[in-house]
Amino acid sequence: MSSELVTKYFREDRLPHIWCPGCGHGIATRAVMEAIDRLGWDKNNTCIVSGIGCSSRAPGYLDFNTLHTTHGRALAFATGIKLAKPHLHVIVLTGDGDTSAIGGNHLIHAARRNIDITTVVFNNNTYGMTGGQYSPTTPFHDKGTTAPYGNIDQPFDICNLAQAAGATYVARSTVFHPKQLSQMVEKALQKKGFSLVEAISSCPTYYGRKNKKGTAVDMMNFLKYRAVSQSKFDALSPEEQAEHVVTGEFMNRTAPEYTESYQKIIDLVQGREESK
Amino acid sequence: METETKLMQGNEACVAGALHAGMRFFAGYPITPSTEIAELSALHLPKFGGKFIQMEDELASMAAAIGASIAGEKTMTATSGPGFSLKQENLGYAAMAEIPCVIVNVQRCGPSTGLPTSPAQGDVMQARWGTHGDHPMIVLTPSSVSETFSLTVQAFNLAEQYMTPVILLMDEVVGHMREKVNIKELSQLPQINRRRFEGQADDYYAYRPDQSLTPALMPFGEGYRYHITGLYHDETGFPTNSTDNARAQLKRLHQKLELGDNLAMYEEVEMEKEVDLMILSYGSTYRSARKAARKARKEGKSVGEFRVISLWPSPELAIREAAKKAKAVLVVEMNEGQYVQEVERIVKSKSEIHFLGNGAGELINPEEVYEKILEVLTCQANS
Repeated sequence: MSSELVTKYFREDRLPHIWCPGCGHGIATRAVMEAIDRLGWDKNNTCIVSGIGCSSRAPGYLDFNTLHTTHGRALAFATGIKLAKPHLHVIVLTGDGDTSAIGGNHLIHAARRNIDITTVVFNNNTYGMTGGQYSPTTPFHDKGTTAPYGNIDQPFDICNLAQAAGATYVARSTVFHPKQLSQMVEKALQKKGFSLVEAISSCPTYYGRKNKKGTAVDMMNFLKYRAVSQSKFDALSPEEQAEHVVTGEFMNRTAPEYTESYQKIIDLVQGREESK
Repeated sequence: METETKLMQGNEACVAGALHAGMRFFAGYPITPSTEIAELSALHLPKFGGKFIQMEDELASMAAAIGASIAGEKTMTATSGPGFSLKQENLGYAAMAEIPCVIVNVQRCGPSTGLPTSPAQGDVMQARWGTHGDHPMIVLTPSSVSETFSLTVQAFNLAEQYMTPVILLMDEVVGHMREKVNIKELSQLPQINRRRFEGQADDYYAYRPDQSLTPALMPFGEGYRYHITGLYHDETGFPTNSTDNARAQLKRLHQKLELGDNLAMYEEVEMEKEVDLMILSYGSTYRSARKAARKARKEGKSVGEFRVISLWPSPELAIREAAKKAKAVLVVEMNEGQYVQEVERIVKSKSEIHFLGNGAGELINPEEVYEKILEVLTCQANS
């Protein structure tokens, strides 16, 4: 299946990719391609947009209309594409730093507008491309090259953030659970409105080594251990909760979508629809 | 010819010109004194089936304008000083990725938040060098309401022709003044649309330039799938770390504008013959300079006028040739000395350069310019 996907959706002449051995981003990328494949989307009408970082190199390998933008700004670029041509499917592939630090404002406002864009966050809890500095999702006390004595920032819960800001579909899985992840992406792609799927990924090269997390396989096993359902999570002590992350669907609702609302304004102004 | 004149504000003329040029997308964030441009775009764009969006900040506005241009629309964003600083990162992206769009900066007094409603021309160098890296930039500066309309059209046309961002550098005086404009005449201005690739998708190289050294980027969604990045890239659009490639790409970005004979825009008055003094000015300041020069000429003094319309690229040849005919050049601008440096660079030491400026949010009035003219001419007579 995966080799068929590569032939169908990857730019084979752009491979091999730059990701390190053991990086989870390839699994996350495949999960997105599987979802697109199941939906049978036309590659010509699909745009994949990214910012800067390890995850953001993904669009370059994918045979769609692809845009690699400035750091953190992918959602703002994507908003322009989607509003200008609402018939295009627009997907943003981004990282934890890209979307919740420098791009945090764009994330909450894209969610607030409820514009029909699907964002998949490849969250490896670190800044990989610049060599392992702590990110807004690095767990409390974990180390990074800029947190040599342990991180004292409280981490963001990106799903909570997106949900609170107004996203209509929000879910989280990990690269240890690729089937679940892909199903979530599929639902997100189908959702009319702003959807976000957080894919907890792994970075053995920087985050793992810095925090003595073992090999890539150890890190995958840790993801398996780390991911729990909401009910299991709720039964844990605060100390135990710090080690775990809730996976599952957090939000699935219907709300007015931005480009459709704007089309109503055009229809109204051009006299095709009565004022309400 | 039948004429239809209208009383218009500069900012209003900018929107009218943009709509005439084919603007169908505007993304912005409110800031004085550019706000009317956003407000009027919000009001009028839906009538044309176009879209307006108020983004969360200036960075996002610039990004959304680029995104919409990639989807095939003619796009604009407008701002003033501090907002212009915030746009710089993505402005550089547009230059690198060769995405057309128009950025309006209705300048106000700085630095920082400065004097929000007071005029200045302090962003001349920021317009040229505000981004990181060495790309060239097209910057046009209108002196009147009518010219704001025509230069906005020109800004869109140049953006599409050269596949590049174009800055319309206004100032608060031009943005907020009201003047009569001949709409009938202005609506005759032609529109230029970006070049299209007519071949098969398999033969398409997004960044393969034509003879004019510009690429034909096809809008996303039309069957030509390719990659756009702010990294140095080859003709496929994909990144490469080759410094040879980087050198060639950077050179082409410069050369494509050097080929443009429609880029040097200026106006000369009474410069047919040699003069004792040439006043060089631009934007609203030119209006004070012109009044002072006319008064001086009426009194028999030999004073010529040179108005720069395209600040960048500078009309170098024209400035150099004009300066040769002048014993001295007086540069007047509403800042502490920015374009005067460009003039000094261009004429080198071949002419005497004088400067009159004020960057503190006040207009330079005709009397001040006139006094300066007398001072320079007296100096000349005594030397």
